[in-house]
Amino acid sequence: MKLSREEVLHIARLARLGLTEEDVERFREQLSNILDNFEVLKEVESEGVPPTTHAVPLQNVLREDEVAPSLPQDQVLANAPRQEEGHFKVRPVLE
Amino acid sequence: MKELYYLSIEEAYQLLRKKGVSIPELVRAVQERIEGVEGRVRAFVTPTPELALKQAEEAQKRLKEGEGNSLLGIPAAIKDNMCTRSIRTTCSSRMLEDFIPPYDATVVGRLKGVGAVMMGKTNMDEFAMGSSTENSAFFPTHNPWDLSRVPGGSSGGSAAAVAAGEALFALGSDTGGSIRQPAGFCGIVGLKPTYGLVSRYGLVAFASSLDQIGPMARTVKDCAFVLQAIGGHDPSDSTSLALPLPDYTRAFIPDLKGLRLGVPKEFFPPGLEAGVEKVMRQAVKKLEELGAEVDWDISLPHTRYALAAYYILAPSEASANLARYDGVKYGFSDMAPEMWQAMERTRQFGFGPEVKRRIMLGTYALSKGYYDAYYLKAQKVRTLIRQDLDQAFQRCQALITPTSPTVPFRLGEKLADPVQMYLSDVFTIPVNIAAVPALTLPAGFADNLPVGMQIIGPPLSEELLFRTGFAYEQATGHHLRRPLL
Repeated sequence: MKLSREEVLHIARLARLGLTEEDVERFREQLSNILDNFEVLKEVESEGVPPTTHAVPLQNVLREDEVAPSLPQDQVLANAPRQEEGHFKVRPVLE
Repeated sequence: MKELYYLSIEEAYQLLRKKGVSIPELVRAVQERIEGVEGRVRAFVTPTPELALKQAEEAQKRLKEGEGNSLLGIPAAIKDNMCTRSIRTTCSSRMLEDFIPPYDATVVGRLKGVGAVMMGKTNMDEFAMGSSTENSAFFPTHNPWDLSRVPGGSSGGSAAAVAAGEALFALGSDTGGSIRQPAGFCGIVGLKPTYGLVSRYGLVAFASSLDQIGPMARTVKDCAFVLQAIGGHDPSDSTSLALPLPDYTRAFIPDLKGLRLGVPKEFFPPGLEAGVEKVMRQAVKKLEELGAEVDWDISLPHTRYALAAYYILAPSEASANLARYDGVKYGFSDMAPEMWQAMERTRQFGFGPEVKRRIMLGTYALSKGYYDAYYLKAQKVRTLIRQDLDQAFQRCQALITPTSPTVPFRLGEKLADPVQMYLSDVFTIPVNIAAVPALTLPAGFADNLPVGMQIIGPPLSEELLFRTGFAYEQATGHHLRRPLL
């Protein structure tokens, strides 16, 4: 089975990943090939087998809600591509 | 006398306290070694020579005051996906090329606490996705045993640095084999601890249910010293196990009497490289001579599904974890004026081909209509693989396998074919899926290239793995062989 151009573009859109025309063709080929290798899982009898979501069964790890020191604002913003008046600056979300 | 840069941690500990050598002298010796070989090996993305000398001076003061920690003043290399305060942490990605963390990962903080000296941040496959370190956005690292070959990956820089004498130990991270495969390829010792034994706080996330930090060093004992320093509960990582760390020095018994080891037949398939098979059969024989009882009739029947399950689970988790790289809070950011376009372009130019491939794969596996067929199925297979191991550990205490199906391959050999590259981790992946620990150490050599032996144990059996590895290492001396550089 080979993924269609539309399928590749749909996944890229979900992942917010810009692709060139070349990328689209390469991913059609490579992702299809990898997905073919997943077919082997169809052989596995897994009816009634519980899924493992996390290998170590920890639940509800809680702690006291105590105030602790946090990073200073200027350090948190130091890596920001754009900032203004102590905030991360984003592009307009609503027109 | 042995070169200072090839001392074990144990030897350095003795020497520094006999006052024959100071910590700054040891650190300078390692720095000169780096200057001598780094042009060929290329293990470091960011060397930190000035910081190393400063830390060496501080450690020397602590030594004079009588401090006894085994890692005090020991030169270390850190994989570049662990946050280091004020020192850039790139994940070998354009996305994080200029990222300077405002805090230390827990493991880095603990190493600083015991006075280890940081020589630099090591090269890796971008975001730890790869098996050869060729996916670094900056440059490939070379295997010190044969510079035309890969060091393995994704912790290839850490493995090469330790093998080449550019550090006495290193930290790596292992999601599907990223500590063990490069350790095996570079002829050193590496441990993937039980999931939750070492804090992941400050480790750049790849696949959170599989990622684990661990030690890489030239002897089994040295790995144990490092685990003792970095392991143990951390309230900043909610998956960290709230258990006291055992005293690993109890593990060093030079025989294997009373131990029952298993050899799972699925790890010796017909296609196994002849050199690897020969070395491994000799290695198992040696373990028998040391007193272990070996069961050749162990089977882990779901092993053949592990690779497919992994390449659904890990990319799915990665596609969610890497959603944070949107060009807003940190990292590379495209300048396009429109929001969605800027985000798509940030990710297009910030990520390399393998990272994009896995984001696409994971997004597909989690998308509407495919979730049950891929992700849920893979989670069920994960259960079956764990059950296989549980059953095996009722018959024996640990399993012996090759670490990789081949010796180190040549640079460029597998770059064009992702599936061939993925197969390189076929023996290491089941361990992450089951969250159990595994140690790799030099089993021997095939055509002068290292062959790694993997010892897999049940959860929290690190002490037993160290004991088994230590006995083998002491009996064979393979860990003393050095590459000609």
